Amino acid sequence: MSYELSHLQSLESESIFIMREVAAEFERPVLLFSGGKDSIVLMRLAEKAFRPGRFPFPVMHVDTGHNFPEVIEFRDRLVRQLGERLIVASVQDSIDAGRVREEFIPPHPRASRNRLQTTTLLDAIAEHGFDAAFGGARRDEERARAKERVFSFRDDFGQWDPKSQRPELWSLFNGAIRKGEHVRVFPLSNWTELDVWQYIAEEQLEVPSIYFAHTRKVFERDGMLYAINPYIELIEGEAAFDASVRYRTVGDMTCTGAVRSSADNLTDVVAEIAATRITERGETRADDRVTEAAMEDRKREGYF
Amino acid sequence: MTGGAAPPANGRIVGGDERSPRLDGRAVKGRSELLRIATAGSVDDGKSTLIGRLLHDSKAILEDQLAHVAETSERRGDGFLNLALLTDGLRAEREQGITIDVAYRYFQTARRKFIVADTPGHEQYTRNMVTGASTADLSIVLVDARKGVSEQTRRHAYLASLLRIPHLVVAVNKMDLVGYDEDTFYEILDELTDWAARLALPDITFIPISALNGDNVVDRSWNMPWYGGAPLLYHLEHVVIAPDRNLADVRFPVQWVIRVGGGGSVASESDEHHDYRGYGGQVAGGILRPGGEVVILPSGRSTRIAKIDTYGGAVEEAFPTMSVTLLLEDEIDISRGDMIVEADDAPVVARELEANICWMSEQPMRPGTRYALKHTTRAARAIIDRLEYRVNVNTLAHDHDATELALNEVGRVHLRASAPLMVDPYSRNRSTGSFILIDESTDDTVGAGMIVSGR
Repeated sequence: MSYELSHLQSLESESIFIMREVAAEFERPVLLFSGGKDSIVLMRLAEKAFRPGRFPFPVMHVDTGHNFPEVIEFRDRLVRQLGERLIVASVQDSIDAGRVREEFIPPHPRASRNRLQTTTLLDAIAEHGFDAAFGGARRDEERARAKERVFSFRDDFGQWDPKSQRPELWSLFNGAIRKGEHVRVFPLSNWTELDVWQYIAEEQLEVPSIYFAHTRKVFERDGMLYAINPYIELIEGEAAFDASVRYRTVGDMTCTGAVRSSADNLTDVVAEIAATRITERGETRADDRVTEAAMEDRKREGYF
Repeated sequence: MTGGAAPPANGRIVGGDERSPRLDGRAVKGRSELLRIATAGSVDDGKSTLIGRLLHDSKAILEDQLAHVAETSERRGDGFLNLALLTDGLRAEREQGITIDVAYRYFQTARRKFIVADTPGHEQYTRNMVTGASTADLSIVLVDARKGVSEQTRRHAYLASLLRIPHLVVAVNKMDLVGYDEDTFYEILDELTDWAARLALPDITFIPISALNGDNVVDRSWNMPWYGGAPLLYHLEHVVIAPDRNLADVRFPVQWVIRVGGGGSVASESDEHHDYRGYGGQVAGGILRPGGEVVILPSGRSTRIAKIDTYGGAVEEAFPTMSVTLLLEDEIDISRGDMIVEADDAPVVARELEANICWMSEQPMRPGTRYALKHTTRAARAIIDRLEYRVNVNTLAHDHDATELALNEVGRVHLRASAPLMVDPYSRNRSTGSFILIDESTDDTVGAGMIVSGR
């Protein structure tokens, strides 16, 4: 017996520790679940942290109304299998209530609800009185996230201030907050995209089918392949065609690009990620291409 | 072209296929260990270039990131591919050319996954380094071969010692600018070795490198045949870290009580777990085994471990840093903040502590002040009774006349806690020997504490 842990075992143990700390120190935590690979890993880690008990928090999905139907189906099935509570916070409801207005990003007629999610999320956090929200964000994803703490403090406007983050020492997390403030907690901070896929493969976790190669009607815009879907209109010069694709990230149909792939099983997906030369956000997310600091700006407003 | 490893021309790292074939790290499968690295240094010592090279050669920098760096370097008029832009992520940093706080970077080779906590070297040096390095297995300090050992080198070595980072690498950089001169390297080695003799640094490794040219970074450099050691990456891959964990003293801070019964369990499992009471936590020391006799602190009640449970089933052993759930033979009232230990090897149950404190707040620490304290999973309050002395981190001199600790200062204090704490010396256990202080008026983390003794 060598008393050594593999890197995935070390990461897993760290994440379980973080989740238990939050459960113990906060009154009303919530786990933000998108149906994507990272939040699927979070769900398994919550099982590891709290079974045979129930999760000491509900699961919440911020539903833009523009999600892939495969992902919504998967979400409902997984939560049912786990026997946990699901809260759906709907961007459509926020629009109907006049809290936000649909945005159209010029020059193309693309209705993106990506930024609108922030209002829906913050409203739901306030409505339910959540004081801690688990998210699946990883530091390897993006430049702003590389600087964010595991416990990311948010003021009562939900804002992140990168210049005044609390020092994070050893595994002694400071969860002290006032009424109206909350903390976003990122148990996967130290995981990379490859770690996540290796873990999914090791744990044999089910993921939505769109992560595997399938034939889909797509069109090309700004160098990315988008699914033909009810929320985007094609403009002149764009045409639909069939391609074998898979998704590297799961977001809105309006801003999440597909990649050409023939990886239709976990082993092939892991091999593909290991060999990729482009980051997942660079390859698939239109929302991060808006400006150089797009993610930082959205995070400051209270985004995930 | 110098050096053995795909040398970039004029500091440019060109994307493409010139990397060493052995480093096909991202295709790693199966078991590999995790190594946490802390680096610190100032803008011009080549740290960013070094990290950029490690990331690039292990394929952790991808094409779109490289393209982004190239584009931004161009726009700023840097005149070269500024790899610092890879780690300078925030708008304020890019606009003002400064680095805030700690940035985390990840890369992987076939043997190990590396987490690099990269901290800037200028102001706030101590606060940032302590934040980035508290959990590090290894720290890297860069020394400019032309300038020799600087104040910052000594400060870095002192902090590495204070934080008990088990391994220190002194990368003597810019060897190309001193003609790859052996004597220059050994002068630095001798000077720093002499100075470090006063510190607790069990393992110091000196490596002569040129981050810019790649000498001794990934591959051995033939420009320095007099150097018989391994290149940096080889060292990072092979440095033995397993013995750094404390396997001798059983320490299990109880984090979360899992209780099932009366409808608390998931339906399908309710029969099997109708009377489940487990103590969740992360092993902070020692090896736990079913049947082992244990004592619960601070109550002092004893019992035996009935079972070590995990989601994947019961296990026969638990060791640092596994997260497990302990089931005990006797029903004892145990809650979060209690510690499960071995009877004949217990930590001190202390109300008074001697500790080294690194101060992290603009608001100075003054004796007589009360703070919230967090130690393992236990919360208490603490009053600073005395400041014994302040350490001059450049000379190691003790100033016994000091009356306060300002931001970035380190000192020895005596404090009293409002509740008993189960403590070990930090030198023996980094988990049970550390604590933080929180200012209750701002909720900020203001102090990092390393316990010397308790009673």
